[in-house]
Amino acid sequence: MGKWIYKIMGVLLLLYGLIYGLTASLPELPLLQQSSRSVFYHVPMWFSMVVLMGISVVYSIRHLRAIDPDSPKPALARRYDAGAVSAAQVGIMFNALGLLTGMVWSRVSWGENTPSSAFSAWWVWDPIQVCALIAFLIYLAYFLLRSSFTDGETKGRVAAVYNIFAFATLIPLFFIIPKMLPGLHPTAEGEGNVIFDKSKMSNEYRMILYPTMVGFIMLGIWVFELMFRTQRLRYRAESISADLSYENSIEQFSTQTPS
Amino acid sequence: MIRELYSLLLKEFWMEWKQRYALSGLLLYVFSMVTVIALTFVGGFNPVIWNITFWLIMLFSAIQTVARSFLSEPPGQLIYLYTLARAESVILAKMIYSTLILGIVGSLAFGVYALMAELEIEKPFSYLLLVFLGAAGLSTNLTLMSALASRAENRTMLMAVLSFPVVIPMLLVLIRAGKSLVLSSSTEFMNDAVVVVLGLTVVLGGISVLLFPLVWRE
Repeated sequence: MGKWIYKIMGVLLLLYGLIYGLTASLPELPLLQQSSRSVFYHVPMWFSMVVLMGISVVYSIRHLRAIDPDSPKPALARRYDAGAVSAAQVGIMFNALGLLTGMVWSRVSWGENTPSSAFSAWWVWDPIQVCALIAFLIYLAYFLLRSSFTDGETKGRVAAVYNIFAFATLIPLFFIIPKMLPGLHPTAEGEGNVIFDKSKMSNEYRMILYPTMVGFIMLGIWVFELMFRTQRLRYRAESISADLSYENSIEQFSTQTPS
Repeated sequence: MIRELYSLLLKEFWMEWKQRYALSGLLLYVFSMVTVIALTFVGGFNPVIWNITFWLIMLFSAIQTVARSFLSEPPGQLIYLYTLARAESVILAKMIYSTLILGIVGSLAFGVYALMAELEIEKPFSYLLLVFLGAAGLSTNLTLMSALASRAENRTMLMAVLSFPVVIPMLLVLIRAGKSLVLSSSTEFMNDAVVVVLGLTVVLGGISVLLFPLVWRE
């Protein structure tokens, strides 16, 4: 039962966010108009992504500790490796969704509604948008790195090392660099192009944004648990089939040799 | 530790001297790249584009320089090194060595590229400082990537794919600082650049040194 509480809570919070976020009457800003509702579905993606990448890094660190040569625990190490890769998979999905929702929103509020603006496209090269794209590339490279090993032990070790490094570059990407450059997001430096100020967000918005964010994070963790379980089963199936083929080869060998 | 580092650095220089063709190859690579890019400025010069292309030249030189540190070393030699020195000092020596080489190559490229494209810059030494800063940042960032890629199968491809996204944040800040230097010779972004690049260098370099022994182990 205890395991179900956060899943039910997550679904309820998301339902609240979906229904109330789309139907409630909210104060409007001149340029954003109704598109400001996107904030409920765009911002939580990034928070969920950072949470899931954090989970992934924790599993990577545990993996590296489990393969310590003084006291190696291969079974645990494989389990932690499965955790790291599943969390990164869900995280990169949130990354892609965040990019997509951001594109739709930017098309509406920076493109169509902005009179005589320089932007009319889906993609505007805003600093934080670029940083999010780079994060996407970094994690795609993580999966490419994983796929270019055949030996499971080296794969887990090298991938864990890269994952920790990638997370260390993710922090400046999301929290430092965008704040130094002028841009269109409310986190950017200067007042110039920013349509609204983050600290001026009204309480009606906050009342919907925060529960939806928690809901998305819970949903992310739920999906992660499912992926984690599948991955572990896959690893187990692989090791069983490896054992079977080993036994078969022994059998063949013993039948072939004349007794 | 210091003595170990010193002798490892000496070893790097000695190896470089023995394989002079590698260094001349790097210099020729950078020189050809500079020539090809500078050709595009014939007829119309644009300092903003000059600045961006210069950092692209730095990026590609960095990948070439750092890729040599682990990818081109024969495997037997690495095992030999493993028995002699600690992993931490090996990667630190590689980082310092790549920084020095990349700094020298980068400042040469800066001079040649500025001459060829007829750049008028008021504060060349601030820009050179930026070049050395970039050299330090890029080589610390890329050394671990080179070590990771050397363990995999499609090495050169993986080296590029792993490196590009990881260095972009640093590169963005450097390009920004360089742009304001070239355009208005203002140093307003220099402080930011120094803080961010040094911070990233120290943090990522520290992580690399911590994690490298794990990559290296057989």
